[in-house]
Amino acid sequence: MQALLTYIISGLALAGSFALIGSGMVVVYRVTHVLNFAQGMLAVFGAMISYSLLGGMLPHGLAELVAVICCAVIGVAIGVIAIGKPGTPPMISLLITLGIGMIAQAVVIAIWGQDPVSPPGISGSIQILGVNLATQRLLVFLVALVTFALLSLFFARTDIGKALTAAAANPRAARLVGIHPLAMGLVAFAIAGALGGLAGVLIAPTTAVSVSSDLPLVLSGFAAAIFGGLRSPWMTFLGAVILGVVGQLVAAYGNGSYQTPIALLMMLVIMIVRAGRMATEEAK
Amino acid sequence: MMLSVDDLVVRYGAATALDGVSLHVDDAELVALVGPNGAGKTSLVNAISGIVKPVSGRIEVGGRVAQVPEGRQMFGELSVEDNLRLGAWRHRPKDPTPVYELLPDLRRLRKQRADTLSGGQQQMVAVGRALMAQPDLLVVDELSLGLAPMVASQLVEHLATLNRTRGTAVLLIEQEIGLAFELCSRAYVLESGRIKAEGPTAELRDAPELQDAYFGGLDLSGTGE
Repeated sequence: MQALLTYIISGLALAGSFALIGSGMVVVYRVTHVLNFAQGMLAVFGAMISYSLLGGMLPHGLAELVAVICCAVIGVAIGVIAIGKPGTPPMISLLITLGIGMIAQAVVIAIWGQDPVSPPGISGSIQILGVNLATQRLLVFLVALVTFALLSLFFARTDIGKALTAAAANPRAARLVGIHPLAMGLVAFAIAGALGGLAGVLIAPTTAVSVSSDLPLVLSGFAAAIFGGLRSPWMTFLGAVILGVVGQLVAAYGNGSYQTPIALLMMLVIMIVRAGRMATEEAK
Repeated sequence: MMLSVDDLVVRYGAATALDGVSLHVDDAELVALVGPNGAGKTSLVNAISGIVKPVSGRIEVGGRVAQVPEGRQMFGELSVEDNLRLGAWRHRPKDPTPVYELLPDLRRLRKQRADTLSGGQQQMVAVGRALMAQPDLLVVDELSLGLAPMVASQLVEHLATLNRTRGTAVLLIEQEIGLAFELCSRAYVLESGRIKAEGPTAELRDAPELQDAYFGGLDLSGTGE
């Protein structure tokens, strides 16, 4: 029982990072209709930058904050390249983000090498229901939860959040009232960058991150985002929780190498179900 | 002068949408631009809004312009009040109270999602959203499109009240001549990218140019369907 709870909590910690990566994809997709496949690399950058900064330069808290801000800036740079030219079709932008992801891998290898890094996190553990839980794992999940609540408030309550929704819902009308869809797209990429960076910063102390973490992270984030129909942040969160927990249970009781195939399988099933539903709705 | 359009030419590739169009709207004036489908009405609106760049000609605006676009163009996922507040995105204040005073129905609907409203209600939101910019000239593109004649008529009454109480000039671009002439004292008839007739609506009603432009395709009596 104790072991099961431990696996579930580990799964929730993973879920936190998948949710952050997935929601970054959702924010960008909602505003620009572009799937940003460089999102996994943003998490890798977050982990690497915080690792370097924590290596004597900056204290905890500040190092992580600077890493997240750097990732937001990198996010904007990706946005400028992917959607900066007016009229670029979303499919081309998607291919551009794939290309940027590959270039980013080369940059990470050039700066940090291929070895996994694991910056120090919060040490110690907390006992819940008789189970010893690593504080850092709990932190990943809680920070992700708080981030999602703040993100929801941002979209529901702030003018810029509403302008982002407006630009996504009706770019033409947005332009008429003076909201610039491209500017809103770049804001979305900045948010996605910060979310990806936050995921990397949080997960790196629990799971060593290397350049090859990109693919499993982006696939899991994408699977969670697909679960949310690429629209709903909270459904993305739920998708991430299912994916994280099921992945950990499979790794514990089966084989750890099945984690990524499970994400892919989940994505495939949801896509087939959704495609069927969309076809039915269109037929109506 | 609130709006002055001089010898405007708009082309899309080889196709000429507007061919030397000139018109003007005075301060606090109500002017209609009527014409059948494909006459170039929306091209003119887009040129005034700066969305389309004319090949030649001049557009001068004497104040703040806001547009009520064709098809209403709601931010469907957002509430009525959010739609209104975004209308003042470039400006302040963002308080929608003055709009609620003119269009009291919107106060009642303010928390409702825009995509759950009827066509008439959405058109009212579109008008309200444009008014949030506190314009001196309101350019209304196809107010009646897809609306029941009675609903369109009520919206026209709101525009008349707006003009009377706040002195806002209106350029109403309409296919439905009866409705346009109900509101406006002066009108232009656009056909195939050219102004075919202009003058007081009372005189234009029976003008042969108007009958020609529409080719009998539309109801000219003003009573709707």
